[in-house]
Amino acid sequence: MNHNGQLVEGVLKGDRRSIARTITLIENNPSEARKVISKLYSHTGKAQIIGITGPTGSGKSTLIERLVKELRRKGKSVGIIAVDPSSPFTGGAFLGDRIRMQKHSIDGKVFIRSMATRNSSGGLARATRDAVRVLDASGKEVAIVETVGAGQSEVDIRKIAHTVVVVLAPGLGDDIQAIKAGIMEIGDIFVVNKADRENADASVIDIETTINMSWEKKKWRPPVIKTTAAKGEGTTELLNHISLHMKYLENEGFDKQRRQDVETELAEAIKQKTTDSIIGELKRTGELEELIGKILAKKTDPYSAADTLLKERLKGFKTRT
Amino acid sequence: MSRKRKIRIVVAKPGLDSHDRGAKVIARAFRDAGMEVIYTGLWQTPEQIAETALQEDADVVALSILSGAHMTLFPKITELLKKKGLNEILVLGGGVIPEEDIPALKKVGIAEVFGPDTHTGKIIEFIKENTRKK
Repeated sequence: MNHNGQLVEGVLKGDRRSIARTITLIENNPSEARKVISKLYSHTGKAQIIGITGPTGSGKSTLIERLVKELRRKGKSVGIIAVDPSSPFTGGAFLGDRIRMQKHSIDGKVFIRSMATRNSSGGLARATRDAVRVLDASGKEVAIVETVGAGQSEVDIRKIAHTVVVVLAPGLGDDIQAIKAGIMEIGDIFVVNKADRENADASVIDIETTINMSWEKKKWRPPVIKTTAAKGEGTTELLNHISLHMKYLENEGFDKQRRQDVETELAEAIKQKTTDSIIGELKRTGELEELIGKILAKKTDPYSAADTLLKERLKGFKTRT
Repeated sequence: MSRKRKIRIVVAKPGLDSHDRGAKVIARAFRDAGMEVIYTGLWQTPEQIAETALQEDADVVALSILSGAHMTLFPKITELLKKKGLNEILVLGGGVIPEEDIPALKKVGIAEVFGPDTHTGKIIEFIKENTRKK
């Protein structure tokens, strides 16, 4: 059996080493990883995926540690992908989410992986979605994804999680911050963590008011929950709400959302593949340099150049560009 | 391979000492050298460190210890790594470790020991030269 075949077999058996190495492959060698993912794909779709996002220091990692504890008490196996930023200057990263979760590191039913963004924007790494698939295929019943400390526009977690929990803390901003676009729009559940601090109730009111403005009688109204994760307070209630949301999804519009996600991903895959092959070919033939020269000399522009290039290659497609 | 492999390094504090300044300084230096540093925090057992190295698919494990327990803890960690099939991981020691202990530590699989005053650049160079090529 070849190396990829061994990885696939190992992942399906839940072998931790194989899971770890497959995730590395996804990070380092996307084209090789595609082959592994396509073998694992039919085994995915069973795990419940929970996204945890929110600003730096709001307590996401600590909250996850508590959630894992509760989930383990219920006998569920859990996989975690914790994302932290890469330096745009050196490419290095300091991945520190794991510190809060080390209690669970030697539990055979828990798998924790730290992941650097490697300059992908949106709050996740490019490899995160497929890494979650690996956890899913390995038999983890729950997958938790922790995003980077999210400011306002890191909303990619919406595309991969069933339930998105936005974790905030008292004193991070007033009601003006709460009505801005971005992460305030993606929460299925809002948490005010560090609720033992002053002004926690004021934060809850600000968030509730925002939800009331945007809710528009959708069937799921995001609840706002107070937790003090460091003391383990409120985490049982949070997990109950996550379960309620999952039940809601199973009854409502789940399928529609999934179809949309698959469409987006398919489009991305096509884009990636075509871009890679066309640019690759242009590089080989030296045509790329020639085109760049023409564009720089203003003899053509990037749009016309792309149209000309694709005209021949996309013959048979009736879309107008 | 379509892109250069990043060096992933676990920085760990085994045992019961709480002196983490050195570990944090080298973690930061590794980060600035372009590596992906997974920091475990304090008071780690050998099993926690070995399991972290496995789950994180680390190329290097850097252990910092100032409690004097290195002769007990380092061999346990290298033994566990081997037991888990992680034979290719480069294991480094640092902290307050007497010269005379170093040969015995190298025998159990510690690739190198870096004491106080070591320039971080020297450690980084050692790592870059000795990590497996994948």
